[in-house]
Amino acid sequence: MSDSLFNRLGGEAAVDAAVDIFYRKVLADDRISEFFADVDMDKQAAKQKAFLTMAFGGPNSYTGEDMRKGHAHLVARGLNDSHFDAVVENLGGTLKELGVSDDLIGEVAAIAETTRNDVLGR
Amino acid sequence: MPKIAFDGQEYLAEDGESVLDCLIRHNVSVNYSCRAGICQSCMMMMKEGTPSEASQKGLKDALKAQNYFLMCSCVAEEDITISRPGRDFQSMETDVLALDRLNADVLRVRLARPENYSYFPGQFLNLQNPDGVERSYSLASLPDDDDFLELHVRHIPGGKVSGWIHTVLKVTNRVSISPATGDCFYTPGQPGQNLLLIGTGTGLAPLYGILRDALRQDHPGEIHLYHGSSTAEDLYLIDELKALDVAHSNVHYHPCVSQGDPPQGMTAGRADQKALEETGKLGGWHIYLCGREDMVKSARQKAFLAGASLKDIYADPFVPAVD
Repeated sequence: MSDSLFNRLGGEAAVDAAVDIFYRKVLADDRISEFFADVDMDKQAAKQKAFLTMAFGGPNSYTGEDMRKGHAHLVARGLNDSHFDAVVENLGGTLKELGVSDDLIGEVAAIAETTRNDVLGR
Repeated sequence: MPKIAFDGQEYLAEDGESVLDCLIRHNVSVNYSCRAGICQSCMMMMKEGTPSEASQKGLKDALKAQNYFLMCSCVAEEDITISRPGRDFQSMETDVLALDRLNADVLRVRLARPENYSYFPGQFLNLQNPDGVERSYSLASLPDDDDFLELHVRHIPGGKVSGWIHTVLKVTNRVSISPATGDCFYTPGQPGQNLLLIGTGTGLAPLYGILRDALRQDHPGEIHLYHGSSTAEDLYLIDELKALDVAHSNVHYHPCVSQGDPPQGMTAGRADQKALEETGKLGGWHIYLCGREDMVKSARQKAFLAGASLKDIYADPFVPAVD
């Protein structure tokens, strides 16, 4: 029996290490930074942490419905596939910076991918 | 079985049951979302009892110091009393001890400290005028050294509370204040951690409290205070801050003036811009931002991008009153 993705990535400590790096990348990315303006940064960081925990295959209780509700106001402002791709790219870049192998990055990207239609409200 | 007291009711927790699960089982309406100790939606304050380490994981040091905890990650081992964050607002009356002008627009208000009034320097209280209108003011005094509460009040044109304080209030009058609240105050943090304090206008009040609290606790790292205003006349406590800079080798006072040529010893430019330019990388720093909302917002993002952890950034934005 193989160990879970979450444990292979390093569990909660890996999420803690990733969250600041990921958030900085997203804020500094001109393709998507506008969606993160005017938000409470502390609350946003908690949401990023919840998202990373889910993408890392960790314990979470997020539902498609949460994803739809949570992003509906951004979809109204034009959130589309190109922005979703940019977030996944920043996620990959974060993991690479932390020395995670390409195989594991692929598994994380695949989990993130499962949220695409809910995030984009389709 | 431990009892959980909340909103005047008591609930019995089952063995190993989290505080959140216990309240949900009893159909108590409370906020929660992830139930995994991450989203912080179910944060409460423990009034009696000690929160476990697990239930405070990921919270800011300033929240831990005030006994905040996450209900989903807390199994009560003893009887506890909990309340919603910031709901404990029973006001009290106290005397005005002194009113002194700090500059043309700013009055230093000293109030008698009510018995058992506890606070951390940098937290704020709400002060009420006789019409019942409330405004928040930060505490510049030190609870261990000062037997008064010190506030810095700028006269806002048309301000319902600041106008009353500046033109009507007299020494020996009584005023109504709330308990102190807020998470913008000094916590020791890591040994040798540097502090960056950035304030505009009366944003100096909490920073003056935080700076002296840090010195009182022998803060070992560097402490940089950037106080900014449009003109030199709008700055205040200049001599006191210069004296602290001279007396303590780790204190560095940077008065900043954003309009016109600054006088000798002051820097031209906005306090937040100068501070972020001159300090560079901020990984590991504790940062305090107090003053205009737009300054606080932009400085918070810039400090984070310069390497500061969000958990180490404390902010007290002055939000204009709308009533």
